Amino acid sequence: MTEQLHQITVTVNGVARRADAPARRLLADFLRMDLGLTGTHLGCEHGVCGACTVLMDGVPVRACLIFAVSADGHAITTVEGCCDSGGELGPVQQAFQECHGLQCGFCTPGFITTITAYLEENPKPTEEEAREAIGGNLCRCTGYQNIVAAVLRAAEILRERDADQAGAGGAA
Amino acid sequence: MKPPPVVYHGPDTVDEAVRLLAEHGAHAKVLAGGQSLVPMLNMRLTAPARLIDVNRLDELAYVRTDLEGVRVGALARHSDVERATHAFEAVPLLRQAVRTVAHPTIRNRGTTVGSLVHADPCAEMPAVLALLDGEVLLRSERGGERVVKAADFFVGPMESSCQEDELAVEAYFPKPKGRTGTDWRELSRRNGDYAMCGVGTSVRVDESGSVTSAKAVYIGMGPVPRVVDVTAAGADWESAAEHAADQLDPEDDIHATAEYRRHLARILTARSLKAAYEAVAP
Ligand SMILES: Cc1cc2nc3c(=O)[nH]c(=O)nc-3n(C[C@H](O)[C@H](O)[C@H](O)COP(=O)(O)OP(=O)(O)OC[C@H]3O[C@@H](n4cnc5c(N)ncnc54)[C@H](O)[C@@H]3O)c2cc1C
Ligand code: FES
Ligand code: FES
Repeated sequence: MTEQLHQITVTVNGVARRADAPARRLLADFLRMDLGLTGTHLGCEHGVCGACTVLMDGVPVRACLIFAVSADGHAITTVEGCCDSGGELGPVQQAFQECHGLQCGFCTPGFITTITAYLEENPKPTEEEAREAIGGNLCRCTGYQNIVAAVLRAAEILRERDADQAGAGGAA
Repeated sequence: MKPPPVVYHGPDTVDEAVRLLAEHGAHAKVLAGGQSLVPMLNMRLTAPARLIDVNRLDELAYVRTDLEGVRVGALARHSDVERATHAFEAVPLLRQAVRTVAHPTIRNRGTTVGSLVHADPCAEMPAVLALLDGEVLLRSERGGERVVKAADFFVGPMESSCQEDELAVEAYFPKPKGRTGTDWRELSRRNGDYAMCGVGTSVRVDESGSVTSAKAVYIGMGPVPRVVDVTAAGADWESAAEHAADQLDPEDDIHATAEYRRHLARILTARSLKAAYEAVAP
């Protein structure tokens, strides 16, 4: 059977991208195979592990449970887009590095996207809330303790940066 | 695994979606949040010839509250229901229960109406609809609109009375009458997973605090959400729970034995009824 192709346009990490893909192409595979962005990982392919989590219009979703054609016209943020504008590590990535929040790193992209969105909603989580926030993501290396620490550290880094900016603004 | 080949339709209006269902219903599946359908496609448990994606029907992305109750459109996500404070104020059970549906990331995409049509015996929202005596509004080209009461909507495990050519358009959750308290609680192996046993309760009291109505509904304890009336037990929550658990027909599976589930039902029911009562007792 030759499958009908759909022309799919998505804005990924701020850049408009276009590719043709069959209806059954999952968003995660579209990002990886058609757009060459292999940061998004696929673990279970049925919504349980969270490795494939990306932000769609800023909201965390499972990229293994959305068809690329359904995402047509939407904005997607992947782990590649969670860095700073100069390509430096973003706050959540930096916190993972400082707190040893990753071991093999397979689950990391899903954690980074989930936590990035979460901290926007709740910039000052308690440890309990940090645990709750990552409850939908599985880490086979079971590095949860350090990931929880990374959530709290990322919140701190964001606050430090805000303060720096305010300070810089005040001095100018 | 990956989903099987499929022909995709992305209608822009409800009329167009209903027309597509009239034409292809027998070989098509409606794609709403996809949080149940896509896993089934990925695991090749189902292989419809066509998908009718309703995600562009913005007109159905609403949660509306009026004096009667809460109306949830087919494109409202679980997270929309959870966040709608007006809906929580009118029907607190909605937020109490929807918070225990999977994880936030799944709730961001999964729809409440999709969960009703999917009719998983372990799902929370069908039980909420059943306890509140709610309704689902269905539309087809053949029959126009029809309203189905919760009691008639859930037919069996994974089976609702929504027909192949019908689009579920809206769910209606009536506001409980008088002084009514509600509660939801469940036990799962991991926070956010499907519950081994879940119970929702509603208790109505009069001015003096006497119980005039008490009901419980269960998930994971039978093929469809089961509502048990325990008004006769008054405020004796232990015997109400005993009576309710005796009526249930749980089964063994890899997560829990039937006996353990019944034990959970008894404990959770007593606690839940008490909490629902205390929310409104004078
Ligand atoms: C990891 C994981 C954990 C989960 N845990 C829970 C849980 O604890 N509790 C729970 O309740 N759910 C759970 N779910 C399921 C989730 O809540 C889904 O949102 C819900 O079951 C289906 O809603 P949907 O919008 O995603 O429907 P879809 O997956 O799009 O569709 C489901 C079915 O309903 C049909 N359908 C959907 N909408 C309509 C419509 N408007 N008209 C006609 N037919 C329609 C589809 O054709 C399909 O057959 C979980 C899912 C995942 C992936
Ligand atoms: S790969 Fe998507 S949740 Fe596991
Ligand atoms: S770091 Fe290895 S799976 Fe999480």
